[in-house]
Amino acid sequence: MQVKFKKMNRQLVVKLEGELDHHTSIEIREKIDREINKSPIKDLIFDFEKLSFMDSSGIGVIIGRYKLIQKRNGKTGLVNANPQVMRIIHISGLHKIIPVFGSVNDALAQM
Amino acid sequence: MTVKNEMKVEFLSKSSNESFARVVVAAFASQLDPTIEELTDIKTAVSEAVTNAIIHGYNSDLGYINIRCKLMDTCVEIIIEDEGEGIEDIELARQPLYTSQPEMERSGMGFTVMETFMDRVEIESEKGRGTRVKMIKVIPGVHKSSKIVKD
Repeated sequence: MQVKFKKMNRQLVVKLEGELDHHTSIEIREKIDREINKSPIKDLIFDFEKLSFMDSSGIGVIIGRYKLIQKRNGKTGLVNANPQVMRIIHISGLHKIIPVFGSVNDALAQM
Repeated sequence: MTVKNEMKVEFLSKSSNESFARVVVAAFASQLDPTIEELTDIKTAVSEAVTNAIIHGYNSDLGYINIRCKLMDTCVEIIIEDEGEGIEDIELARQPLYTSQPEMERSGMGFTVMETFMDRVEIESEKGRGTRVKMIKVIPGVHKSSKIVKD
């Protein structure tokens, strides 16, 4: 599991690559939080284009970061989730609090 | 229903084995020629059950997790067992969003995901003795009949 960051002004794009489960979520969570705390980030966009698998551990990771960003009065969004990941997001009702955008550029522009 | 094939595997309750468990079950179930979606459903459900055994069953201590798999004509049966703490109130544990460890950022959706992705989920548990999750996924194999048969 890899995570790549791209910062634009006060918006942070978090690109996850690989499989997000309980095992990988521990390290990923720490890496994202470190990046958020490094600079005055406001909005966060999860880019799931290269996320091949996610179980319910991923929901915890997303909600945890959503709460952090909310404290900074920022917004959280997500893009490019595959159908399996999208099903997990729908089952948990996550899409009701975190908007799903068509592309990273759409998300950056609309958030 | 006749059992076409059977396997069992046992491994330590280390979180690094979560991906091993879902890959090994999916590889075995692929003998029934499932669709990619059916295979992903199985992988996700196995991942949830094994994670539960590691986090809740053994509470991050080490113990053995046992998986048994049976392939029938049109379904796969998967039994995931631990000898950990056990669940006191199964009905409560099955509730969406319920988690016994809220501080760990768990979503409490594990059993809900298993129930959504599999056709049948049965949980047996005894306090202090362990937990046994039995799941069945129907693999109708409609796509099998669409294959061109050469004579």
